[in-house]
Amino acid sequence: MSNNLTKEPPQDEAVVTLIKPARKRISGKSLLSFPYTLWMGAFIIIPLIMIVYYGITADDGGFTLANIKLISEPIYQKALWLSLKLSFISTIICLLIAYPLALILKGMKLKSNSFIVLIMILPMWMNFMLRTIAWLNILERNGIINTVLKALNLPRINVINTPTAIVIGMVYNFLPFMILPIYNSLAKIDDDVINAARDLGANNLTTLRKIIFPLSLPGVISGITMVFVPSLTTFVISNVLGGSKINLIGNLIEQKFQQENNWNAGSGLSLVLMIFILISMTVIAKYDKEGDSTNVW
Amino acid sequence: MVKKIGKYFYIGLVALFLYAPILVLIVLSFNSSRSRSKWGGFTLDWYKKLFQNQEIMQALYTTLIIAFLSALIATIIGTLASIGINNMKKVPRTIMIGITNIPMLNADIVTGLSLMILFVALKMNLGFQTVLISHITFNIPYVILSVMPRLRQTNRNTYEAALDLGASPIRAFFKVVMPDIRPGILSGFLLAFTMSLDDFIITHFTRGTVVNTLSTKIYGQIRKSISPEWYALSTLLFLSVLILLIIINRRNDKIQKERA
Amino acid sequence: MNGNKLIDLINITKKYGNNTIIDDLNLYIRENEFLTLLGPSGCGKTTTLRIIGGFEKPDVGKVIFDGKDITNLPPYERQLNTVFQKYALFTHMTIAENIAFGLKIKKKSNQYIKDKIDYALKLVNLDGYGKRMPDSLSGGQQQRIAIARAIVNEPKVLLLDEPLGALDLKMRQDMQYELIRLKNELGITFVYVTHDQEEALTMSDTIMVMNQGYIQQIGSPEDIYNEPKNAFVADFIGESNIIPATMVQDRIVNILGVNFPCVDEGFGNNKPVDVVIRPEDIDLVAPEDGIIKGRVTSLIFKGVHYEMEVMANGYEWLVHSTDLSPVGAEVGIKVDPFDIQIMNKPESEDEEAVVSNEQ
Repeated sequence: MSNNLTKEPPQDEAVVTLIKPARKRISGKSLLSFPYTLWMGAFIIIPLIMIVYYGITADDGGFTLANIKLISEPIYQKALWLSLKLSFISTIICLLIAYPLALILKGMKLKSNSFIVLIMILPMWMNFMLRTIAWLNILERNGIINTVLKALNLPRINVINTPTAIVIGMVYNFLPFMILPIYNSLAKIDDDVINAARDLGANNLTTLRKIIFPLSLPGVISGITMVFVPSLTTFVISNVLGGSKINLIGNLIEQKFQQENNWNAGSGLSLVLMIFILISMTVIAKYDKEGDSTNVW
Repeated sequence: MVKKIGKYFYIGLVALFLYAPILVLIVLSFNSSRSRSKWGGFTLDWYKKLFQNQEIMQALYTTLIIAFLSALIATIIGTLASIGINNMKKVPRTIMIGITNIPMLNADIVTGLSLMILFVALKMNLGFQTVLISHITFNIPYVILSVMPRLRQTNRNTYEAALDLGASPIRAFFKVVMPDIRPGILSGFLLAFTMSLDDFIITHFTRGTVVNTLSTKIYGQIRKSISPEWYALSTLLFLSVLILLIIINRRNDKIQKERA
Repeated sequence: MNGNKLIDLINITKKYGNNTIIDDLNLYIRENEFLTLLGPSGCGKTTTLRIIGGFEKPDVGKVIFDGKDITNLPPYERQLNTVFQKYALFTHMTIAENIAFGLKIKKKSNQYIKDKIDYALKLVNLDGYGKRMPDSLSGGQQQRIAIARAIVNEPKVLLLDEPLGALDLKMRQDMQYELIRLKNELGITFVYVTHDQEEALTMSDTIMVMNQGYIQQIGSPEDIYNEPKNAFVADFIGESNIIPATMVQDRIVNILGVNFPCVDEGFGNNKPVDVVIRPEDIDLVAPEDGIIKGRVTSLIFKGVHYEMEVMANGYEWLVHSTDLSPVGAEVGIKVDPFDIQIMNKPESEDEEAVVSNEQ
């Protein structure tokens, strides 16, 4: 008690102490992120620098662009092109499925934690590998679909080990990542904003085109990113559902590291992949901005 | 009315697409025939065999322990980092948030490979510890992503009020700020936990040859045929996730009602 | 007010589940009228407005607009526009694009749209703001843009849903004058929803007081203030003394055991009623000159007047006066006969409004 009393500052000093500790506190608090800074430096930045280093050097450590130029060889070019194509198709399909669904869910005025929303995201929490295996069971030569077709005396279909199977796998695995951000951004739109558009003469379609869609664009963008990037870079889905004959760029990179032990080539191809991710993100971000200040309609 | 039926039909269709594969796994887990295309009668054998399967149990144990440890450590580092970043000036804050975004935006395959390169360069044996470090690395951003918005929402004045009323900064933090951001920390932990459970790619590159998680274990079996114990395991995993989510859902519901 | 009927609401009932929001409401709105729907939150005023705007459909009843039944017409086909409580500006568009929204849908020419934007921005005193984004404006400015966005469409009726609710006091007062000016310049009908009685008294031609889905009273601001029909209206509009009393006979009412002369007739003999006496209508006089004697129990200086509470015959009378009577002073209470407003007791539980227990 007496200790407390002696500590009490005189009146005129009080003003000063009000300001000074505030400053001290800020610098002290930002020190809390020190372990994180250290961790990220060691395990994000340095590894990235290393992969860049391997990508632009040869076996002997000398500088070369050969690893990156590898992409111009037909086999890699083909794989990259196929990856771009399949991930683009998957993203579009996801968007086409997810947007109407998110609109319907918004229209139902559900609470954010409602059961239906829960149902839509629940598969996302299932193990990724198990989800993919399940499709193997459905699509394979003696799988569920073909068993049913056989029972109905219909001809078998060959989906497994085709690009179609890969697209199905991509859509299935990443669809919730499209639904969720779009639903979240739609749910944030104030009902009165939509009412205002209708009040000003916009019918349902115009309201959707001019108001709801532009306002949900951030969700659409993040959905696209969350589907496109993992689709573009996957090697697992193509491995499980595409068989060994279809190679995506991810498969080739994985093989370079795991089978051929050629880190320089693998890193070079990874760099190419990262460049494509960067490009697609820039394009998406740019489209977002244009959508923001659209004047033409 | 027609419109309403159409809407439910569409939701049903999407739900069917999302759940058909899971349903297939569940049905197969009760199939006494080893074949995936023949129904040989109902059995619970695979569940029994699942628990006797040392390899799967070992992989499950590894998966859970890595998920728990990586989520826990990531939550601690991430929460501290969030507070720190939140108190930074604009430029360093933007840089920090930018770095945080890298592992989330970058391809998993690149993250996994770059970590592998680092571990090999450091002459670390690929195994449990390298997998754990990798999981912590990709988990921290999820924690920060959950905690940061909460931290932004908290009223600065309450913290200052606590200081004003004589609490030390640490006491004020635990008594006033912490309760506010606890939901963010909790959901960050859960998110990190499930992300770790779900991961295959990064584990694949950093695990070496000895350690197996469920994902890597089953990946190794795909070229052979998958033994039905895996279906039993999938069913159990699905059910536990379902129950967990329902519990969380109920709890949130209750909290909301109480607040209303 | 002697315009034609423009909007007619007939037997409107609206329920959410088992909750009746509006119960058999009938109301007409004349051309060029400033009608205010006034009541506490949850009284059904906003729902009434939304039914006129077309955002809600009544379960029972019809909405007639300009002689036509528009009950089932969607909002975008109605010739009226709404100003929403939280502005509801389109944040992804510039101010000019916001204002142009309705005109572009109607496919007006670019020149027409440009002129209209300039005109509307001038009208709401935000000349030159066209290229800004809504987020860069203050609340009051955003609200004026919302008004501009609505009026460029030249609606016959402007619906305003608590448009000043989110603004601070000073801004609110400025905007009240602005709205009156706008209304006069545009010469259109305003239907205005608010829970602020002062706002309603300042701006309206007609006030409709609502509570629990029922209309409590419709009339001019003076009518509503001076002759409230029931205790709810009296209590909701301004401060007042609401006292249970008995109508002894025509022109005599017994309040707290003392007979007061009044001017009301036709309530019957020995009938229980409520009386309303506004605090500024009570004169404090020497004890022997008053109708009732009492003692001052509290005194607060309010700027333009003193607010005093006087305990007399078991009731604490609220009195506003420019003359001070100190606490503890013995005073007489005097009320002019025409300042005593007699009201019937509410007929049913439902219609009984939330009569406050403060007095």
